[in-house]
Amino acid sequence: MQPFTTLTGIAAPLPLINVDTDKIIPAHWLKTIKRTGLGAGLFEALRFDGDGRERPDFVLNREPYRRAVILIAGDNFGCGSSREHAPWALLDFGIRCVIAPSFADIFHNNCYKNGILPITLPQDQVDLLMKEAETAADPTFTVDLEAQLIHRPTGNAPLPFRVDPANRAKLLQGLDEIGTTLAKVAAIDAFEARQRAAQPWLYRAA
Amino acid sequence: MARTLFDKIWDGHVVEQNADGTCLLYIDRHLVHEVTSPQAFEGLRVAGRAVRRPDATLAVPDHNVPTSDRRKGIADETSRIQVETLERNCAEFGIPLFGMHDVRQGIVHVIGPEQGFTLPGMTIVCGDSHTSTHGAFGALAFGIGTSEVEHVLATQTLVQTRPRTMRISVDGELGFGVTAKDVILAIIGQIGTAGGTGHVVEYAGSVVRSLSMEGRMTICNMSIEAGARAGLIAPDETTFAYVRGRPMAPKAGAFEQALAYWRTLPSDPGASYDREVALRAADIEPQVTWGTSPQDVAPISGRVPDPVAAPSQDRRMAMERALAYMGLEPGTPLQEIRVDRVFIGSCTNGRIEDLRAVAKVVAGRKVAGTVEAMIVPGSGLVKEQAEAEGLDRIFKAAGFDWREPGCSMCLGMNPDQLRPYERCASTSNRNFEGRQGKLGRTHLLSPAMAAAAAVTGRLTDVRTLV
Repeated sequence: MQPFTTLTGIAAPLPLINVDTDKIIPAHWLKTIKRTGLGAGLFEALRFDGDGRERPDFVLNREPYRRAVILIAGDNFGCGSSREHAPWALLDFGIRCVIAPSFADIFHNNCYKNGILPITLPQDQVDLLMKEAETAADPTFTVDLEAQLIHRPTGNAPLPFRVDPANRAKLLQGLDEIGTTLAKVAAIDAFEARQRAAQPWLYRAA
Repeated sequence: MARTLFDKIWDGHVVEQNADGTCLLYIDRHLVHEVTSPQAFEGLRVAGRAVRRPDATLAVPDHNVPTSDRRKGIADETSRIQVETLERNCAEFGIPLFGMHDVRQGIVHVIGPEQGFTLPGMTIVCGDSHTSTHGAFGALAFGIGTSEVEHVLATQTLVQTRPRTMRISVDGELGFGVTAKDVILAIIGQIGTAGGTGHVVEYAGSVVRSLSMEGRMTICNMSIEAGARAGLIAPDETTFAYVRGRPMAPKAGAFEQALAYWRTLPSDPGASYDREVALRAADIEPQVTWGTSPQDVAPISGRVPDPVAAPSQDRRMAMERALAYMGLEPGTPLQEIRVDRVFIGSCTNGRIEDLRAVAKVVAGRKVAGTVEAMIVPGSGLVKEQAEAEGLDRIFKAAGFDWREPGCSMCLGMNPDQLRPYERCASTSNRNFEGRQGKLGRTHLLSPAMAAAAAVTGRLTDVRTLV
């Protein structure tokens, strides 16, 4: 996983609430057996019409937002299915940070596994950033995970944010979580031995 | 200290408490399907890692499988490759698989309970958000992404942060024609699609206790539609009777030993929750959704709401967008909305009791001439049982298409999809834009209500038919 330290680039405003994972990447894209190439299907129904032509009014089809690396969205972003194809599609498109008043739990977890930073901010602050992303001549923001600050194109004071320490460390270092857990194999072995003694039926099924 | 059902399961599975506040949590059972696993197996291969406990893992193809004649195989090449990839991965890593032609094949959340793979007190995961279904057994069950699937395959654990707890109590007695599906839709309507975010929900109260396992699974299944990764119901005699004798459930002495443990699981009297919500059964009517989020729900006697009355600007815009997508006008009585398709099935409502409820409504009636209606059993064994009970003959006589088991039109990864602008009464779990097919319009409701819509050709209060 690519570490996340600071990210500088265009932020695209997407003022919709309850953006579900079917909207982020429709089910027919889930037939792939790879992680890559899903950017083409990102927000498919919003980005393209029935004939596959770009909808000119959709934010990611407009300059400068076509080059967005940050997405600013409404409440409950990423609700619905557990498909990790949703963060894969964002990443493949080039988006590495999503800012919203709240996120659905599974999507939120999936972001951290892929080097994407989900930032939760109060509604009024999201509204403020959304407006700046919409109106600034050059809507370039810098997200600094080390300092937990968002630098704004208006030159106004940077906005602080907070990410829980475990996830922050994971992103900053780009850790291989499986490798870290496998280093604790002795503790897992010991747990299984205890559980097998107390609840032997768990080891007889399947 | 008094502990909740959740506390007991969580505490019993902590391998290690990390300094950063996370836990390494042991996972007892892992269900795998073809859509969210290929990249996880590929990750194992690349890193040269093995599956730690194939004996605690069970795989089945369900999302991509055709529900019509399977002797021809899977026509769509990408779907076929995904199912074949699952078969190859299971063979390579030694994981038990119920293949497409196995009578035990079905939707992953139907077959787990059916086989006794799902048991009280367990931690259960699957790369699928509707894993919350298994919480009906008093198991802590939640959906995970593909990276976590890989983590569980390799380590049989997950790194997790302890969620908050919420108790939703439904007390009283359900009215005539009101089912588990109506209860969970009413709950989502009340707390909203993000109401359970960050929480594990325990469903309690006399209504929940009186439900069958099928009804409890319907409720826990849609926990995720309220934002909660997991829903739980205390195991009781109904649970134990369902589990006893299942192929993978413990037998004889081992069952008695397990039972003694399972009886210790229900929340202690006086245990506290981070949040409490209560609903009165008497207030719940048969429900139907009118919009593009499961929280966009109303009693069947109601009307399409007016966005003008929305509590916020964001909400008003979302409602306007939903009504435009659904092709509905504010103020329209829900019972005047005509449907083109009816879909009965899914991990929410594809079990035998659901099919019996449908049969009760449609027996001696005909599907309306303007409606295309299909029934997709949740598993091969559900199909077999329905046929043994003669339900298939009732369905076919009424004009329903009786299909092979799978996820089918719940998400339309196989050929079962809505055509643009078609309106569907569906027993599934999500009415998102495009969910059942590009530009398709979904109304979520109970199996009995779907059956009523099939015979009248419009959304209908089933209580007027039975």
